[in-house]
Amino acid sequence: MSNIKLRKVDVIFSPYSVAPYEILKNAMKRSKDEVVQELIDSGLRGRGGAGFPTGLKWKFAKQQESDQKYVICNADEGEPGTFKDRKLLVEVPRKVISGMAICAWAVGASKGYIYLRREYRYLVSHIEEELELYHKFAKEAGLDFKIEIFMGAGAYICGEETALIESMEGRRGEPRNKPPFPIKNGYLGKPTVVNNVETFASATMVCRMGADEYKKLGTDDQRGSKLFSISGDSPKKGVHELELGMSLEDFANEFGDGDTKAVQVGGVAGFCIPKKQFKTTIIGEGNTTGGSTMIFNSTRSMYNVLHNYLDFFAEESCGQCTPCRVGTQQLLKGIEAVKSKKKPPEYLDQLVKLAETMRLTSKCGLGQSVTNSFSSIVKNFREEMIY
Amino acid sequence: MAEVKELVKELVDKYGRERKNLLPVLQGIHLETNYLSKEAMLEVAKQMDLSAAEIYGTASFYSFLDTKADGKYKIRVCKSITCEMAGKSEIIRTLEDMLKVKVGETTEGKRFSLLETNCLGLCDQGPAMLINEEFYTQLTPAKVRKILGEYIRNKY
Ligand SMILES: Cc1cc2nc3c(=O)[nH]c(=O)nc-3n(C[C@H](O)[C@H](O)[C@H](O)COP(=O)(O)O)c2cc1C
Ligand code: SF4
Ligand code: FES
Repeated sequence: MSNIKLRKVDVIFSPYSVAPYEILKNAMKRSKDEVVQELIDSGLRGRGGAGFPTGLKWKFAKQQESDQKYVICNADEGEPGTFKDRKLLVEVPRKVISGMAICAWAVGASKGYIYLRREYRYLVSHIEEELELYHKFAKEAGLDFKIEIFMGAGAYICGEETALIESMEGRRGEPRNKPPFPIKNGYLGKPTVVNNVETFASATMVCRMGADEYKKLGTDDQRGSKLFSISGDSPKKGVHELELGMSLEDFANEFGDGDTKAVQVGGVAGFCIPKKQFKTTIIGEGNTTGGSTMIFNSTRSMYNVLHNYLDFFAEESCGQCTPCRVGTQQLLKGIEAVKSKKKPPEYLDQLVKLAETMRLTSKCGLGQSVTNSFSSIVKNFREEMIY
Repeated sequence: MAEVKELVKELVDKYGRERKNLLPVLQGIHLETNYLSKEAMLEVAKQMDLSAAEIYGTASFYSFLDTKADGKYKIRVCKSITCEMAGKSEIIRTLEDMLKVKVGETTEGKRFSLLETNCLGLCDQGPAMLINEEFYTQLTPAKVRKILGEYIRNKY
Protein backbone atom coordinates (compact mmCIF):
# COMPACT_ATOMS: atom_id res chain seq x y z
CA MET A 1 0.00 0.00 0.00
CA SER A 2 1.46 3.28 -1.03
CA ASN A 3 0.05 6.69 -0.56
CA ILE A 4 0.78 10.16 -1.72
CA LYS A 5 0.05 13.62 -0.39
CA LEU A 6 -3.34 15.09 -1.03
CA ARG A 7 -3.19 17.14 -4.19
CA LYS A 8 -5.91 19.02 -6.02
CA VAL A 9 -5.67 18.75 -9.76
CA ASP A 10 -7.52 20.18 -12.70
CA VAL A 11 -7.78 17.52 -15.37
CA ILE A 12 -11.39 16.53 -15.75
CA PHE A 13 -12.77 20.03 -15.31
CA SER A 14 -9.97 21.73 -17.21
CA PRO A 15 -11.39 24.11 -19.84
CA TYR A 16 -11.90 22.85 -23.36
CA SER A 17 -8.46 23.31 -24.91
CA VAL A 18 -9.22 22.75 -28.53
CA ALA A 19 -11.95 23.16 -31.13
CA PRO A 20 -15.08 21.10 -30.45
CA TYR A 21 -14.48 17.40 -30.98
CA GLU A 22 -10.84 17.90 -31.97
CA ILE A 23 -9.76 15.14 -29.56
CA LEU A 24 -12.22 12.75 -31.16
CA LYS A 25 -11.00 13.79 -34.60
CA ASN A 26 -7.39 13.17 -33.62
CA ALA A 27 -8.24 9.78 -32.14
CA MET A 28 -9.91 8.82 -35.40
CA LYS A 29 -6.66 9.45 -37.26
CA ARG A 30 -5.00 6.64 -35.33
CA SER A 31 -5.67 2.92 -35.45
CA LYS A 32 -8.48 1.62 -33.26
CA ASP A 33 -6.21 -0.87 -31.53
CA GLU A 34 -3.77 1.89 -30.74
CA VAL A 35 -6.43 4.00 -29.03
CA VAL A 36 -7.75 1.05 -27.04
CA GLN A 37 -4.18 0.21 -26.02
CA GLU A 38 -3.68 3.80 -24.89
CA LEU A 39 -6.67 3.41 -22.59
CA ILE A 40 -5.31 0.14 -21.24
CA ASP A 41 -1.89 1.69 -20.67
CA SER A 42 -3.39 4.66 -18.85
CA GLY A 43 -4.62 2.37 -16.09
CA LEU A 44 -8.00 4.10 -16.08
CA ARG A 45 -10.62 2.20 -14.11
CA GLY A 46 -14.36 2.68 -14.18
CA ARG A 47 -15.58 5.56 -12.03
CA GLY A 48 -19.07 4.19 -11.43
CA GLY A 49 -18.11 2.11 -8.43
CA ALA A 50 -16.95 -1.31 -9.57
CA GLY A 51 -13.58 -0.12 -10.87
CA PHE A 52 -13.21 -2.39 -13.88
CA PRO A 53 -10.30 -1.41 -16.21
CA THR A 54 -11.88 0.70 -18.94
CA GLY A 55 -9.45 -0.15 -21.74
CA LEU A 56 -9.99 -3.86 -21.24
CA LYS A 57 -13.76 -3.44 -21.36
CA TRP A 58 -13.41 -1.64 -24.68
CA LYS A 59 -11.05 -4.26 -26.00
CA PHE A 60 -13.49 -7.09 -25.19
CA ALA A 61 -16.31 -5.15 -26.78
CA LYS A 62 -14.23 -4.55 -29.88
CA GLN A 63 -13.56 -8.28 -30.20
CA GLN A 64 -17.26 -9.15 -30.32
CA GLU A 65 -18.64 -10.01 -33.74
CA SER A 66 -22.02 -8.38 -34.17
CA ASP A 67 -24.09 -6.45 -36.67
CA GLN A 68 -24.95 -3.94 -33.94
CA LYS A 69 -23.25 -2.71 -30.80
CA TYR A 70 -24.25 -0.08 -28.29
CA VAL A 71 -22.49 2.41 -26.04
CA ILE A 72 -24.34 3.54 -22.94
CA CYS A 73 -23.33 6.33 -20.63
CA ASN A 74 -24.54 5.56 -17.13
CA ALA A 75 -25.85 8.84 -15.75
CA ASP A 76 -28.14 7.27 -13.19
CA GLU A 77 -26.06 8.66 -10.30
CA GLY A 78 -28.24 7.56 -7.42
CA GLU A 79 -25.69 6.69 -4.76
CA PRO A 80 -26.44 8.96 -1.79
CA GLY A 81 -23.71 11.53 -1.50
CA THR A 82 -22.80 11.53 -5.18
CA PHE A 83 -23.30 14.51 -7.47
CA LYS A 84 -20.18 14.68 -9.62
CA ASP A 85 -21.82 13.26 -12.74
CA ARG A 86 -24.39 16.04 -12.64
CA LYS A 87 -21.63 18.62 -12.44
CA LEU A 88 -19.77 17.00 -15.34
CA LEU A 89 -22.87 17.04 -17.52
CA VAL A 90 -23.46 20.68 -16.65
CA GLU A 91 -19.91 21.95 -17.05
CA VAL A 92 -18.06 19.71 -19.52
CA PRO A 93 -20.67 17.63 -21.38
CA ARG A 94 -18.45 17.68 -24.46
CA LYS A 95 -15.82 15.60 -22.72
CA VAL A 96 -18.43 13.01 -21.81
CA ILE A 97 -19.85 12.86 -25.31
CA SER A 98 -16.36 12.76 -26.86
CA GLY A 99 -15.52 9.79 -24.68
CA MET A 100 -18.66 7.99 -25.80
CA ALA A 101 -17.86 8.70 -29.44
CA ILE A 102 -14.24 7.60 -29.15
CA CYS A 103 -15.46 4.39 -27.54
CA ALA A 104 -18.09 3.82 -30.23
CA TRP A 105 -15.62 4.45 -33.01
CA ALA A 106 -13.09 2.07 -31.44
CA VAL A 107 -15.46 -0.80 -30.66
CA GLY A 108 -17.67 -0.35 -33.71
CA ALA A 109 -20.95 0.84 -32.21
CA SER A 110 -23.44 2.92 -34.16
CA LYS A 111 -25.92 3.83 -31.45
CA GLY A 112 -25.46 5.38 -28.04
CA TYR A 113 -27.63 6.37 -25.10
CA ILE A 114 -27.17 8.58 -22.13
CA TYR A 115 -29.27 6.95 -19.40
CA LEU A 116 -30.17 10.00 -17.37
CA ARG A 117 -31.78 9.64 -13.98
CA ARG A 118 -35.25 11.11 -13.80
CA GLU A 119 -34.24 13.47 -11.03
CA TYR A 120 -31.94 15.24 -13.55
CA ARG A 121 -34.60 15.95 -16.13
CA TYR A 122 -33.80 19.64 -15.87
CA LEU A 123 -30.49 18.88 -17.63
CA VAL A 124 -32.10 17.53 -20.80
CA SER A 125 -32.17 20.70 -22.88
CA HIS A 126 -28.61 21.55 -21.90
CA ILE A 127 -27.33 18.13 -22.94
CA GLU A 128 -29.38 18.18 -26.12
CA GLU A 129 -27.76 21.42 -27.17
CA GLU A 130 -24.37 19.80 -26.94
CA LEU A 131 -25.63 16.69 -28.73
CA GLU A 132 -26.75 18.83 -31.62
CA LEU A 133 -23.24 20.19 -31.99
CA TYR A 134 -21.82 16.69 -31.72
CA HIS A 135 -24.16 15.25 -34.37
CA LYS A 136 -23.18 18.03 -36.73
CA PHE A 137 -19.56 17.21 -36.21
CA ALA A 138 -20.12 13.45 -36.55
CA LYS A 139 -21.85 13.98 -39.86
CA GLU A 140 -18.98 16.06 -41.21
CA ALA A 141 -16.42 13.57 -39.94
CA GLY A 142 -18.32 10.62 -41.41
CA LEU A 143 -18.71 9.00 -38.00
CA ASP A 144 -21.78 6.78 -37.90
CA PHE A 145 -22.67 7.07 -34.23
CA LYS A 146 -25.83 8.71 -32.93
CA ILE A 147 -26.58 9.49 -29.31
CA GLU A 148 -29.95 9.84 -27.61
CA ILE A 149 -30.97 10.56 -24.06
CA PHE A 150 -32.97 7.81 -22.35
CA MET A 151 -34.84 9.04 -19.30
CA GLY A 152 -34.84 6.88 -16.21
CA ALA A 153 -37.99 6.83 -14.14
CA GLY A 154 -36.73 6.88 -10.56
CA ALA A 155 -35.03 3.74 -9.22
CA TYR A 156 -31.59 3.56 -7.62
CA ILE A 157 -31.09 -0.02 -8.73
CA CYS A 158 -31.21 1.06 -12.39
CA GLY A 159 -27.65 2.33 -11.93
CA GLU A 160 -26.60 -1.32 -11.89
CA GLU A 161 -25.76 -1.93 -15.51
CA THR A 162 -27.96 -4.94 -16.22
CA ALA A 163 -30.92 -3.36 -14.39
CA LEU A 164 -30.31 -0.27 -16.48
CA ILE A 165 -30.56 -2.36 -19.62
CA GLU A 166 -33.73 -4.09 -18.42
CA SER A 167 -35.21 -0.69 -17.81
CA MET A 168 -34.24 0.51 -21.30
CA GLU A 169 -35.98 -2.56 -22.69
CA GLY A 170 -39.21 -1.47 -21.03
CA ARG A 171 -39.20 -3.69 -17.99
CA ARG A 172 -38.81 -3.47 -14.23
CA GLY A 173 -35.21 -2.60 -13.42
CA GLU A 174 -34.28 -5.99 -12.01
CA PRO A 175 -30.62 -6.97 -12.34
CA ARG A 176 -29.75 -9.98 -14.48
CA ASN A 177 -27.36 -12.76 -13.61
CA LYS A 178 -23.78 -12.07 -14.71
CA PRO A 179 -22.26 -13.57 -16.80
CA PRO A 180 -23.15 -12.96 -19.52
CA PHE A 181 -21.86 -9.42 -19.19
CA PRO A 182 -23.27 -6.55 -21.22
CA ILE A 183 -20.19 -6.50 -23.48
CA LYS A 184 -21.40 -9.88 -24.78
CA ASN A 185 -25.11 -9.72 -24.25
CA GLY A 186 -26.37 -6.24 -23.45
CA TYR A 187 -29.08 -3.93 -24.74
CA LEU A 188 -31.47 -5.91 -26.96
CA GLY A 189 -29.07 -8.83 -26.69
CA LYS A 190 -26.24 -6.98 -28.46
CA PRO A 191 -22.70 -6.22 -27.23
CA THR A 192 -22.94 -3.11 -25.12
CA VAL A 193 -20.36 -0.96 -23.37
CA VAL A 194 -21.71 0.64 -20.22
CA ASN A 195 -19.48 3.23 -18.61
CA ASN A 196 -19.96 5.91 -16.03
CA VAL A 197 -20.14 9.62 -16.98
CA GLU A 198 -16.81 10.37 -15.35
CA THR A 199 -15.18 7.36 -17.00
CA PHE A 200 -16.04 8.70 -20.46
CA ALA A 201 -14.79 12.18 -19.56
CA SER A 202 -11.57 10.67 -18.20
CA ALA A 203 -11.13 8.60 -21.37
CA THR A 204 -11.26 11.82 -23.36
CA MET A 205 -8.55 13.27 -21.12
CA VAL A 206 -6.40 10.17 -21.61
CA CYS A 207 -6.64 10.74 -25.36
CA ARG A 208 -5.81 14.41 -24.95
CA MET A 209 -2.86 13.92 -22.57
CA GLY A 210 -1.58 10.51 -23.66
CA ALA A 211 -1.35 7.52 -21.35
CA ASP A 212 2.15 8.37 -20.14
CA GLU A 213 1.19 11.80 -18.94
CA TYR A 214 -2.09 10.59 -17.40
CA LYS A 215 -0.35 7.76 -15.59
CA LYS A 216 1.89 10.18 -13.76
CA LEU A 217 -1.12 10.99 -11.62
CA GLY A 218 -1.97 8.60 -8.83
CA THR A 219 -0.23 5.50 -7.57
CA ASP A 220 0.59 2.09 -9.08
CA ASP A 221 -2.73 0.77 -7.89
CA GLN A 222 -4.86 3.72 -8.83
CA ARG A 223 -4.06 5.83 -11.82
CA GLY A 224 -5.22 9.29 -12.62
CA SER A 225 -7.38 11.85 -10.93
CA LYS A 226 -10.85 11.40 -9.57
CA LEU A 227 -13.82 13.50 -8.65
CA PHE A 228 -14.94 13.40 -5.06
CA SER A 229 -18.41 14.47 -4.06
CA ILE A 230 -18.02 15.82 -0.55
CA SER A 231 -20.98 16.36 1.74
CA GLY A 232 -21.97 16.21 5.38
CA ASP A 233 -20.04 18.02 8.09
CA SER A 234 -17.60 19.86 5.88
CA PRO A 235 -16.96 23.54 5.32
CA LYS A 236 -15.88 22.66 1.77
CA LYS A 237 -18.82 20.72 0.46
CA GLY A 238 -18.90 20.22 -3.29
CA VAL A 239 -17.06 18.38 -6.05
CA HIS A 240 -13.29 18.32 -5.74
CA GLU A 241 -10.87 16.74 -8.18
CA LEU A 242 -8.00 15.00 -6.44
CA GLU A 243 -5.09 12.85 -7.43
CA LEU A 244 -5.79 9.27 -6.44
CA GLY A 245 -3.89 7.55 -3.66
CA MET A 246 -4.22 9.89 -0.66
CA SER A 247 -4.81 8.73 2.88
CA LEU A 248 -8.12 9.37 4.56
CA GLU A 249 -6.27 11.29 7.24
CA ASP A 250 -5.10 13.92 4.78
CA PHE A 251 -8.55 13.98 3.32
CA ALA A 252 -10.29 14.52 6.65
CA ASN A 253 -7.80 17.21 7.59
CA GLU A 254 -8.47 19.07 4.39
CA PHE A 255 -12.22 18.68 4.15
CA GLY A 256 -13.46 17.94 7.66
CA ASP A 257 -14.58 20.56 10.17
CA GLY A 258 -11.88 19.68 12.71
CA ASP A 259 -14.22 17.41 14.62
CA THR A 260 -14.56 14.52 12.17
CA LYS A 261 -15.47 11.20 13.71
CA ALA A 262 -16.09 9.07 10.63
CA VAL A 263 -16.13 9.26 6.87
CA GLN A 264 -18.41 7.21 4.66
CA VAL A 265 -16.30 6.35 1.62
CA GLY A 266 -18.00 5.12 -1.56
CA GLY A 267 -21.56 6.02 -0.67
CA VAL A 268 -23.88 3.91 1.40
CA ALA A 269 -22.64 0.88 -0.59
CA GLY A 270 -19.14 1.65 0.70
CA PHE A 271 -17.50 1.65 4.11
CA CYS A 272 -17.83 3.84 7.15
CA ILE A 273 -14.31 4.49 8.39
CA PRO A 274 -13.83 5.62 11.99
CA LYS A 275 -11.21 8.18 12.93
CA LYS A 276 -8.78 5.65 14.34
CA GLN A 277 -8.43 4.08 10.89
CA PHE A 278 -7.94 7.30 8.91
CA LYS A 279 -4.16 6.96 8.80
CA THR A 280 -4.16 3.46 7.35
CA THR A 281 -6.98 3.95 4.86
CA ILE A 282 -6.24 4.92 1.29
CA ILE A 283 -9.31 6.23 -0.46
CA GLY A 284 -10.24 3.94 -3.34
CA GLU A 285 -8.26 0.93 -2.19
CA GLY A 286 -10.60 -1.84 -1.20
CA ASN A 287 -13.39 0.66 -0.82
CA THR A 288 -15.47 1.58 -3.83
CA THR A 289 -14.31 4.26 -6.20
CA GLY A 290 -17.53 6.09 -6.95
CA GLY A 291 -16.26 9.14 -5.11
CA SER A 292 -19.04 9.77 -2.61
CA THR A 293 -17.50 10.88 0.67
CA MET A 294 -19.81 11.88 3.50
CA ILE A 295 -18.25 13.36 6.57
CA PHE A 296 -19.70 12.94 10.06
CA ASN A 297 -18.60 14.94 13.07
CA SER A 298 -18.89 14.02 16.72
CA THR A 299 -22.41 15.42 17.10
CA ARG A 300 -23.85 12.79 14.78
CA SER A 301 -25.53 9.65 15.99
CA MET A 302 -24.17 6.72 14.01
CA TYR A 303 -27.32 4.83 14.90
CA ASN A 304 -29.33 7.44 12.99
CA VAL A 305 -26.87 7.25 10.13
CA LEU A 306 -27.15 3.47 9.87
CA HIS A 307 -30.91 3.62 10.26
CA ASN A 308 -31.10 6.03 7.36
CA TYR A 309 -28.93 3.76 5.17
CA LEU A 310 -30.95 0.66 5.96
CA ASP A 311 -34.15 2.49 5.21
CA PHE A 312 -32.62 3.37 1.85
CA PHE A 313 -31.57 -0.21 1.11
CA ALA A 314 -34.90 -1.69 2.14
CA GLU A 315 -36.68 0.77 -0.10
CA GLU A 316 -34.39 0.44 -3.09
CA SER A 317 -33.94 -3.34 -3.06
CA CYS A 318 -35.64 -4.53 -6.23
CA GLY A 319 -37.06 -7.42 -4.24
CA GLN A 320 -36.05 -10.04 -6.74
CA CYS A 321 -33.99 -12.21 -4.39
CA THR A 322 -34.92 -13.22 -0.89
CA PRO A 323 -31.65 -12.56 0.99
CA CYS A 324 -31.70 -8.91 -0.04
CA ARG A 325 -35.45 -8.29 0.14
CA VAL A 326 -35.88 -9.89 3.55
CA GLY A 327 -32.37 -9.21 4.83
CA THR A 328 -32.53 -5.43 4.45
CA GLN A 329 -35.80 -5.35 6.42
CA GLN A 330 -34.50 -7.70 9.10
CA LEU A 331 -31.40 -5.56 9.61
CA LEU A 332 -33.53 -2.48 9.99
CA LYS A 333 -35.91 -4.11 12.46
CA GLY A 334 -32.93 -5.70 14.20
CA ILE A 335 -31.14 -2.48 15.07
CA GLU A 336 -34.41 -0.94 16.19
CA ALA A 337 -34.97 -3.91 18.50
CA VAL A 338 -31.52 -3.59 20.04
CA LYS A 339 -31.90 0.13 20.49
CA SER A 340 -35.25 -0.28 22.25
CA LYS A 341 -33.82 -3.09 24.41
CA LYS A 342 -36.21 -5.68 22.98
CA LYS A 343 -33.12 -7.63 21.98
CA PRO A 344 -29.82 -7.97 23.83
CA PRO A 345 -26.66 -6.30 22.48
CA GLU A 346 -25.34 -9.70 21.34
CA TYR A 347 -28.08 -9.73 18.76
CA LEU A 348 -25.92 -7.31 16.80
CA ASP A 349 -23.47 -10.13 16.12
CA GLN A 350 -26.22 -12.18 14.59
CA LEU A 351 -27.14 -9.24 12.41
CA VAL A 352 -23.55 -8.90 11.22
CA LYS A 353 -23.64 -12.57 10.25
CA LEU A 354 -26.87 -12.00 8.37
CA ALA A 355 -25.28 -9.10 6.49
CA GLU A 356 -22.31 -11.31 5.62
CA THR A 357 -24.68 -13.98 4.32
CA MET A 358 -26.30 -11.36 2.14
CA ARG A 359 -22.90 -10.68 0.58
CA LEU A 360 -22.60 -14.32 -0.40
CA THR A 361 -26.15 -15.01 -1.50
CA SER A 362 -27.49 -11.82 -3.08
CA LYS A 363 -27.71 -11.56 -6.82
CA CYS A 364 -26.32 -8.09 -7.35
CA GLY A 365 -24.10 -5.44 -5.86
CA LEU A 366 -26.89 -3.84 -3.84
CA GLY A 367 -27.56 -6.81 -1.59
CA GLN A 368 -23.91 -7.83 -1.63
CA SER A 369 -22.63 -4.50 -0.37
CA VAL A 370 -25.08 -3.82 2.48
CA THR A 371 -22.64 -5.49 4.82
CA ASN A 372 -19.94 -2.93 4.00
CA SER A 373 -21.57 -0.07 5.81
CA PHE A 374 -23.58 -2.24 8.17
CA SER A 375 -20.64 -4.16 9.60
CA SER A 376 -18.27 -1.21 9.64
CA ILE A 377 -20.74 0.91 11.61
CA VAL A 378 -21.90 -1.82 13.99
CA LYS A 379 -18.35 -2.92 14.76
CA ASN A 380 -16.86 0.53 15.19
CA PHE A 381 -19.75 2.28 16.89
CA ARG A 382 -21.25 -0.54 18.90
CA GLU A 383 -22.09 1.56 21.98
CA GLU A 384 -24.05 3.98 19.84
CA MET A 385 -26.15 1.09 18.55
CA ILE A 386 -27.03 -0.02 22.06
CA TYR A 387 -27.45 3.13 24.15
CA MET B 1 -61.54 8.21 -21.91
CA ALA B 2 -61.47 9.28 -25.53
CA GLU B 3 -58.73 11.72 -24.61
CA VAL B 4 -56.56 9.08 -23.00
CA LYS B 5 -56.98 6.89 -26.04
CA GLU B 6 -55.85 9.70 -28.32
CA LEU B 7 -52.88 10.54 -26.12
CA VAL B 8 -51.70 6.94 -25.99
CA LYS B 9 -52.07 6.58 -29.71
CA GLU B 10 -50.07 9.73 -30.31
CA LEU B 11 -47.27 8.51 -28.06
CA VAL B 12 -47.23 4.99 -29.41
CA ASP B 13 -47.05 6.38 -32.94
CA LYS B 14 -44.20 8.66 -31.91
CA TYR B 15 -42.02 6.14 -30.05
CA GLY B 16 -43.07 2.83 -31.60
CA ARG B 17 -45.01 -0.21 -30.54
CA GLU B 18 -42.11 -2.34 -29.33
CA ARG B 19 -41.71 -3.08 -25.66
CA LYS B 20 -38.46 -1.12 -25.46
CA ASN B 21 -40.51 2.05 -25.89
CA LEU B 22 -42.71 1.40 -22.88
CA LEU B 23 -40.95 3.79 -20.50
CA PRO B 24 -40.99 6.76 -22.89
CA VAL B 25 -44.69 6.12 -23.57
CA LEU B 26 -45.58 5.93 -19.87
CA GLN B 27 -43.53 9.03 -19.17
CA GLY B 28 -45.30 10.85 -21.97
CA ILE B 29 -48.69 10.07 -20.43
CA HIS B 30 -47.44 11.08 -17.02
CA LEU B 31 -46.29 14.46 -18.28
CA GLU B 32 -49.72 15.22 -19.71
CA THR B 33 -51.92 13.84 -16.96
CA ASN B 34 -49.74 14.10 -13.81
CA TYR B 35 -50.01 10.39 -13.09
CA LEU B 36 -50.82 7.01 -14.64
CA SER B 37 -54.49 6.22 -14.31
CA LYS B 38 -55.80 2.71 -14.59
CA GLU B 39 -57.54 3.64 -17.83
CA ALA B 40 -54.30 4.93 -19.31
CA MET B 41 -52.43 1.75 -18.39
CA LEU B 42 -55.17 -0.42 -19.86
CA GLU B 43 -55.05 1.61 -23.03
CA VAL B 44 -51.28 1.20 -23.30
CA ALA B 45 -51.70 -2.54 -22.77
CA LYS B 46 -54.14 -2.67 -25.64
CA GLN B 47 -52.15 -0.54 -28.03
CA MET B 48 -48.74 -2.07 -27.28
CA ASP B 49 -50.11 -5.58 -27.12
CA LEU B 50 -48.91 -6.30 -23.59
CA SER B 51 -50.85 -7.55 -20.60
CA ALA B 52 -52.19 -4.96 -18.21
CA ALA B 53 -50.37 -6.72 -15.38
CA GLU B 54 -47.07 -6.22 -17.22
CA ILE B 55 -47.73 -2.52 -17.57
CA TYR B 56 -48.72 -2.11 -13.96
CA GLY B 57 -45.79 -4.25 -12.80
CA THR B 58 -43.38 -2.10 -14.73
CA ALA B 59 -44.90 1.26 -13.80
CA SER B 60 -45.12 0.46 -10.10
CA PHE B 61 -41.40 -0.27 -10.03
CA TYR B 62 -40.45 3.34 -10.70
CA SER B 63 -40.89 6.09 -8.16
CA PHE B 64 -41.48 8.81 -10.77
CA LEU B 65 -44.27 6.88 -12.45
CA ASP B 66 -47.00 7.67 -9.98
CA THR B 67 -50.01 5.44 -10.00
CA LYS B 68 -51.55 7.11 -6.95
CA ALA B 69 -50.12 10.56 -6.21
CA ASP B 70 -51.98 12.62 -8.74
CA GLY B 71 -51.26 16.19 -7.72
CA LYS B 72 -50.34 18.67 -10.42
CA TYR B 73 -47.23 19.66 -8.51
CA LYS B 74 -45.24 16.85 -6.95
CA ILE B 75 -43.06 17.98 -4.13
CA ARG B 76 -40.26 15.50 -3.50
CA VAL B 77 -38.16 16.17 -0.44
CA CYS B 78 -34.85 14.34 -0.15
CA LYS B 79 -34.66 12.11 2.91
CA SER B 80 -31.20 10.64 2.40
CA ILE B 81 -28.56 11.04 5.04
CA THR B 82 -26.89 14.38 4.41
CA CYS B 83 -30.19 16.14 3.79
CA GLU B 84 -31.52 14.58 6.97
CA MET B 85 -28.47 15.94 8.78
CA ALA B 86 -29.09 19.35 7.26
CA GLY B 87 -32.62 19.56 8.64
CA LYS B 88 -34.99 17.75 6.32
CA SER B 89 -37.51 16.98 9.09
CA GLU B 90 -38.19 20.65 9.64
CA ILE B 91 -38.77 21.09 5.93
CA ILE B 92 -41.30 18.29 5.90
CA ARG B 93 -43.07 19.74 8.94
CA THR B 94 -43.29 23.14 7.28
CA LEU B 95 -44.73 21.64 4.11
CA GLU B 96 -47.23 19.50 6.03
CA ASP B 97 -48.38 22.57 7.93
CA MET B 98 -48.81 24.68 4.83
CA LEU B 99 -50.47 22.05 2.69
CA LYS B 100 -52.48 20.41 5.47
CA VAL B 101 -51.51 16.95 4.25
CA LYS B 102 -49.08 14.27 5.36
CA VAL B 103 -46.25 12.79 3.33
CA GLY B 104 -47.75 10.58 0.63
CA GLU B 105 -50.97 12.56 0.37
CA THR B 106 -52.40 14.96 -2.18
CA THR B 107 -54.15 18.23 -1.36
CA GLU B 108 -57.80 18.71 -2.11
CA GLY B 109 -58.24 19.84 -5.66
CA LYS B 110 -55.20 17.77 -6.58
CA ARG B 111 -52.78 20.65 -6.63
CA PHE B 112 -49.90 19.31 -4.58
CA SER B 113 -48.69 15.84 -3.71
CA LEU B 114 -46.14 15.72 -0.92
CA LEU B 115 -43.58 12.96 -1.27
CA GLU B 116 -40.23 11.96 0.13
CA THR B 117 -37.52 10.65 -2.12
CA ASN B 118 -33.96 9.38 -1.97
CA CYS B 119 -30.85 11.39 -2.79
CA LEU B 120 -31.40 14.01 -5.49
CA GLY B 121 -27.72 14.53 -6.21
CA LEU B 122 -27.72 17.93 -4.51
CA CYS B 123 -26.13 16.76 -1.27
CA ASP B 124 -23.67 19.66 -1.03
CA GLN B 125 -26.66 22.01 -0.94
CA GLY B 126 -29.12 20.21 1.29
CA PRO B 127 -31.83 20.13 2.40
CA ALA B 128 -33.05 19.79 -1.16
CA MET B 129 -36.34 19.17 -2.91
CA LEU B 130 -37.86 18.97 -6.36
CA ILE B 131 -41.16 20.47 -7.38
CA ASN B 132 -41.86 18.72 -10.66
CA GLU B 133 -38.72 19.51 -12.70
CA GLU B 134 -37.46 22.42 -10.62
CA PHE B 135 -34.97 21.95 -7.83
CA TYR B 136 -34.65 23.97 -4.63
CA THR B 137 -31.68 23.81 -2.30
CA GLN B 138 -30.41 24.99 1.09
CA LEU B 139 -33.95 25.02 2.31
CA THR B 140 -35.11 26.58 5.53
CA PRO B 141 -38.69 26.77 6.76
CA ALA B 142 -38.81 30.44 5.76
CA LYS B 143 -37.50 29.67 2.30
CA VAL B 144 -40.01 26.88 1.86
CA ARG B 145 -42.88 29.18 2.85
CA LYS B 146 -41.71 31.68 0.27
CA ILE B 147 -41.30 29.13 -2.53
CA LEU B 148 -44.57 27.42 -1.88
CA GLY B 149 -46.31 30.76 -1.46
CA GLU B 150 -45.25 31.62 -4.98
CA TYR B 151 -46.59 28.38 -6.36
CA ILE B 152 -49.85 28.94 -4.59
CA ARG B 153 -50.15 32.51 -5.88
CA ASN B 154 -48.78 32.32 -9.39
CA LYS B 155 -48.29 29.00 -10.83
CA TYR B 156 -51.73 27.50 -11.03
C1 LIG C 1 -26.76 -1.04 -6.84
C2 LIG C 1 -25.82 -0.49 -7.86
C3 LIG C 1 -25.97 0.83 -8.29
C4 LIG C 1 -25.11 1.37 -9.24
N1 LIG C 1 -25.28 2.67 -9.62
C5 LIG C 1 -24.45 3.19 -10.54
C6 LIG C 1 -24.61 4.53 -10.98
O1 LIG C 1 -25.51 5.25 -10.53
N2 LIG C 1 -23.76 5.02 -11.90
C7 LIG C 1 -22.76 4.25 -12.43
O2 LIG C 1 -22.01 4.73 -13.28
N3 LIG C 1 -22.57 2.99 -12.03
C8 LIG C 1 -23.39 2.44 -11.12
N4 LIG C 1 -23.21 1.13 -10.75
C9 LIG C 1 -22.14 0.34 -11.40
C10 LIG C 1 -22.60 -0.20 -12.74
O3 LIG C 1 -23.22 -1.46 -12.54
C11 LIG C 1 -21.44 -0.43 -13.69
O4 LIG C 1 -20.46 -1.16 -13.05
C12 LIG C 1 -20.82 0.87 -14.19
O5 LIG C 1 -21.77 1.70 -14.77
C13 LIG C 1 -19.75 0.57 -15.20
O6 LIG C 1 -19.09 1.74 -15.60
P1 LIG C 1 -17.61 2.07 -15.17
O7 LIG C 1 -16.79 0.85 -15.44
O8 LIG C 1 -17.25 3.20 -16.04
O9 LIG C 1 -17.64 2.42 -13.73
C14 LIG C 1 -24.07 0.57 -9.78
C15 LIG C 1 -23.92 -0.73 -9.34
C16 LIG C 1 -24.78 -1.28 -8.39
C17 LIG C 1 -24.57 -2.68 -7.96
S1 SF4 D 1 -29.47 -8.16 -4.43
FE1 SF4 D 1 -31.27 -6.91 -3.98
S2 SF4 D 1 -31.29 -5.35 -5.57
FE2 SF4 D 1 -29.91 -6.98 -6.26
S3 SF4 D 1 -31.17 -8.36 -7.48
FE3 SF4 D 1 -31.27 -9.13 -5.39
S4 SF4 D 1 -33.08 -8.13 -4.50
FE4 SF4 D 1 -32.57 -7.01 -6.35
S1 FES E 1 -28.66 13.46 0.36
FE1 FES E 1 -30.21 14.85 -0.23
S2 FES E 1 -29.61 15.37 -2.23
FE2 FES E 1 -28.18 13.80 -1.71
